[in-house]
Amino acid sequence: MFDAKFSRRSMLAGTALAATGLPWPARAEPQWKKYAGTTIEANLIKGPRGELLQRHAAEFTELTGIKVNSEVIPEQQQRQKLVIELTSGRPSFDVAHISYHVQKRQFDKAGWLADLSGFMKDPNLTAPDLVESDFSAAGLQYAKNDKGEMRSLPWSVDYFILYYNKEIFQKKGVALPQTMEELAQAADTLTDAKAGTFGFVGRGLRNANMALWPCFYFNYGGEFLDAKGNLLTDGPEAIEAAKFYQRLLTKDAPPGVAGFNWMESMAAFTQGRAAMWIDGVGWAPPLEDPNASRVVGKVGYAVLPKGPKGAYSPTYGDGIGVAQASKNKEAAYLYCQWAVSKTMGARLLQIGGGVQFRNSILNDESVRSGVKMPREWLDSVIGSAKISKLGLPVVAPVAEFRDILGSALTATLSGADPATEMKKATDQYRPILERSEKA
Amino acid sequence: MSELAERAAALRKTETTGALGWRRPSYWPFIIPALVIVIGVIVFPWAFTIWMSLNEWKVGAPTTFVGLANYLRLPGDPRFVEAVWHTLLYTLLSVALPLIFGTFAACVFHARFPLRGFLRGLFIMPMMATPVAIALVWTMMFHPQLGVLNYLLSLIGVPPQLWIFHPATVIPSLVLVETWQWTPLVMLIVLGGLAAIPSEPYESAQIDGANGWQVFRFITFPLILPFLFIAAMVRTIDAVKSFDIIFAMTQGGPGTASETINLYLYSVAFAYYDIGYGSAIAVIFFVLIIVLAALLLYVRQRTQWTQLTREAPAEAVA
Repeated sequence: MFDAKFSRRSMLAGTALAATGLPWPARAEPQWKKYAGTTIEANLIKGPRGELLQRHAAEFTELTGIKVNSEVIPEQQQRQKLVIELTSGRPSFDVAHISYHVQKRQFDKAGWLADLSGFMKDPNLTAPDLVESDFSAAGLQYAKNDKGEMRSLPWSVDYFILYYNKEIFQKKGVALPQTMEELAQAADTLTDAKAGTFGFVGRGLRNANMALWPCFYFNYGGEFLDAKGNLLTDGPEAIEAAKFYQRLLTKDAPPGVAGFNWMESMAAFTQGRAAMWIDGVGWAPPLEDPNASRVVGKVGYAVLPKGPKGAYSPTYGDGIGVAQASKNKEAAYLYCQWAVSKTMGARLLQIGGGVQFRNSILNDESVRSGVKMPREWLDSVIGSAKISKLGLPVVAPVAEFRDILGSALTATLSGADPATEMKKATDQYRPILERSEKA
Repeated sequence: MSELAERAAALRKTETTGALGWRRPSYWPFIIPALVIVIGVIVFPWAFTIWMSLNEWKVGAPTTFVGLANYLRLPGDPRFVEAVWHTLLYTLLSVALPLIFGTFAACVFHARFPLRGFLRGLFIMPMMATPVAIALVWTMMFHPQLGVLNYLLSLIGVPPQLWIFHPATVIPSLVLVETWQWTPLVMLIVLGGLAAIPSEPYESAQIDGANGWQVFRFITFPLILPFLFIAAMVRTIDAVKSFDIIFAMTQGGPGTASETINLYLYSVAFAYYDIGYGSAIAVIFFVLIIVLAALLLYVRQRTQWTQLTREAPAEAVA
């Protein structure tokens, strides 16, 4: 298991290891202690990633001599706090943990985060293994602004995968679906409403469901925006995907799914009431926890089945950056670098708490061998990385997009016509997007 | 100095020191601290909210004055219009049901019986619980497959319900939680009213042979009416502003089926960061609360006045 204590020695070892397999030239060790004595403030999201940094903060202080005061806040409130404080121009933190899929465009437009491109090229500040080419394409797309500047470091990625209950599949003699159509047929076969077992479960709740629907939309060939930035969510692909979503969640999902977020969906799956569930990769630990799950050892993990127009895994992600207004940018950057380092990334992956955007971590066999989750889970993560696609449009009014389109999808679960609802929602959202892009 | 100037100076002196030579008291410096606080924490935020509502004010974008444009957007915004109806329905049910059950509970707990004090304490426990904790527990209880409520219904042969997971039943289900939590408050207020009623009218009614319902309808109810108005006003203001339970249980869903003005306002201001439009909703929301509270006060005043005019001739005759 890759569980070395973070130190200059381990940093060098990681560097050497990475350098053996990758083509960049070896560089000298950065001056970790240059900003010793500085105190920085970090604003993090509550969850495995933020908590992991808090838990090992002493190692960072030992390495750099920089003291870190970190605040870990639940996701929704943290996002609001970031925006409000950054708008004020005098944020109380130097380091910001951001949700790319919701905040990227807003942050790029406002210029709230510092440009890290220069720091990354500075050998006094950056370890040799931290190079742009090590991040996945999705990570770089999230981290870079329109001018190609790195405004944050891509940290953790969330792919959507298929969880399935092997026991229910075996009982009914159903094979793992390879296409979306097969998935729907399998869901039909596996549904036994009288016995309280359903073929599929997933997010039906407004806003939350906009993470599930792209799993179908992309695979039906859909795109959120065309090259000119026009909205495409009322096109034939969107309508087909909405019909598929409606069919799956009305015919094969538990009653009341219109009010289900990930929590209710997971409850149905862990209780053995649902044969399939599509959601983010991060739920493997509770599914494999005997204290929280009745399906321990019975869960299968797979890459999403392909649709008529291809196979994609909607991708969401987190980044970590330095506030433009910070007076300790270099020290804060060292902290960000430590957060996305191989040591911390390996720890995150091994506990199943998240997946790093860095290929050198995912491809390292010593890291993989220490993963506590089933091998199938890791394979689904690696497989999803190859078909990853940003799960939400990169626009500023993302919350409105999720709410308005999500409401339309939820309405289809009560019998509303998918074509009418998608058209109505797109018409409602279009002026909001136009107003935002003009601003 | 001229005579005129001397007389003017004497007049000024009289004005400031008074005829007895005392300096006229000046109280205004004493109200300054309170005035500053009131202006700082009440007047200024309100004035600023109104000012923001007159601007296109989005976080991270330049602010522009748009006059009443944000207010004119409201009637054409289907989510806002829907939210107004949800708020009114939710408020109506969340006031009426606790009033009915609270009055009934107060009548029950007013009577003397063993363990009354203990049971009263038990009854008011929901009121003491944290709304978000209550919401999480009830969400699990409402779960269509795993919740205890559907299990209890199945024991008496009633088919399972979707509770907060269906647009048609979500508001009644939320009201059920609200009623469970706030019926004890109404009970306490009405219990106070019942304790203040003299025993003579009841003795007279007993002599006249009135039954239980007649005693309640013609003696208890009119005498506790002022307390019911107070309870109704407190509940109305509370229910119309309700946020925590709805947010924690449904986030306004499924779809927007339980989205009240307060939840929509929160989304607009803190999820969409449209501060200008959010402020316009806040202003309208405030007006709605004022109107509802004023309506209740008016009904109360009118009721008292009607009672007085009815009673006046009788007193004159007596």
